[in-house]
Amino acid sequence: MNTLIEVSNLSKTFTLHQQHGVVLNVLSGLNFNVRAGECLVLHGQSGAGKSTLLRTLYGNYLAAGGSIRILHNGAWVDLVGAEPRQVLAVRRQTLGYVSQFLRVIPRVATLDVVMEPALARGWSKVDAEARAKSLLSRLNIPQALWQLAPGTFSGGEQQRVNIARGFMVTWPLMLLDEPTASLDDANRQVVLELIDEAKAAGSALIGIFHDRAAREAVADRFLDMSAAAQQEYVYAG
Amino acid sequence: MSAAEKLHLHTDTAQPLFSVRDLTRLYGPEKGCQGVSFDLYPGEVLGIVGESGSGKSTLLSLLSGRCPPDRGAVTYRDTAGNWVDLYSASEAQRRTLLRTEWGFVEQNPRDGLRMGVSAGANIGERLMAQGVRHYGELRAAGIDWLSQVEIDPLRIDDLPRTFSGGMQQRLQIARNLVSSPRLIFMDEPTGGLDVSVQARLLDLLRGLVRELDLAVVIVTHDLAVARLLADRLMVMRRSHVVEAGLTDQILDDPQHPYSQLLVSSVLQP
Repeated sequence: MNTLIEVSNLSKTFTLHQQHGVVLNVLSGLNFNVRAGECLVLHGQSGAGKSTLLRTLYGNYLAAGGSIRILHNGAWVDLVGAEPRQVLAVRRQTLGYVSQFLRVIPRVATLDVVMEPALARGWSKVDAEARAKSLLSRLNIPQALWQLAPGTFSGGEQQRVNIARGFMVTWPLMLLDEPTASLDDANRQVVLELIDEAKAAGSALIGIFHDRAAREAVADRFLDMSAAAQQEYVYAG
Repeated sequence: MSAAEKLHLHTDTAQPLFSVRDLTRLYGPEKGCQGVSFDLYPGEVLGIVGESGSGKSTLLSLLSGRCPPDRGAVTYRDTAGNWVDLYSASEAQRRTLLRTEWGFVEQNPRDGLRMGVSAGANIGERLMAQGVRHYGELRAAGIDWLSQVEIDPLRIDDLPRTFSGGMQQRLQIARNLVSSPRLIFMDEPTGGLDVSVQARLLDLLRGLVRELDLAVVIVTHDLAVARLLADRLMVMRRSHVVEAGLTDQILDDPQHPYSQLLVSSVLQP
């Protein structure tokens, strides 16, 4: 299987100018790659920089050094130092991100929130709606809620709406930040099925799973991040 | 679609629409704006954020042809594909641009609307400037745009002063978009509105920007508005751009001390 992402010598530091200029070295010298159909699970205790790594890969956090090369439309793009519009193009076509938290947009109906990634890629409204409805049903979101904006939904419902949105299209590369956290067994099982379907479709996945059963069900390989955490201690102290 | 057309479309979005180099206008030391350069691509939304007095509004005036710079250049690629230098173009050329291919949404709708004529006439004005004279056509455009901005088309003959602030702002947007512009400037478009009205306007703007593939330069001091609408941000302080980049990167991981202060000063409701 072919490699879809190559990370080399990646580092991330935070300089807190408002707090006496403290410098935190959270990631340094990270090297890994992930192939199509493979799931790499980030391993390490809380504070090891797992979420920081996912956010750096997605471009929310600015890498301090190294490279994040992603196969996008058949060509390699380095996200470190890329122009905003290149990052946005990669996010539209290639790189998906599922977190536990839905960023609610006022007045936008659940169904539209879920369909958006497909419409942004130019799907027809009919196809997008069919896929969105099937995902919402699988994730046990009552049909009565589909036309409502998710702002007033419970935390668990918002999380499942966000998962439906995340799995709306097939991403060549997906970042998963604890998608199964705080879900009941039935819904966790659905998310694990969705992950398996994405792998079968050839997606490369990078994820954080605190829940051991979920981790063992989806992981093909682990990336040990505890070394990075120790470094953080040294620098922060 | 033929391969040639595809190629044309490709090169069209691969080229900037609007290009700014070393734009400077100073009213005093660090008052105004200086050394601003960027390229804006079709369909891209650029947010300008910063505290009051940082030079955001001065920059917007320079960009939109309202005030000549001390130095620097603003160039625009028109529908024919020619680059027009805004401040060396003739007055007539500049006015045509401003009325057809560009739009400007003022913070206060009373500055952007003609308060003495009906809503329909406000919408029709740009079309008339483009030579549309047919009454039925102007009327139809008025009705169409009122419903696109969620105003009851029955209000077409009413004066804007009988509208609420949120409706006036939506009318101003309709008035700008009717001529199918490619580039829109917005100065705090949600500034004077209630939060509930703001949400509705933002949702509307977001939809229109995507649907019409508009390039937008929006000045706002509201970071939530910036996050919702802008693809990328420029942070201004004391006439300089101190940081520029992808919107969620600037808001989630600001690098410059001032950007960090700005982001951390926002109250989370």
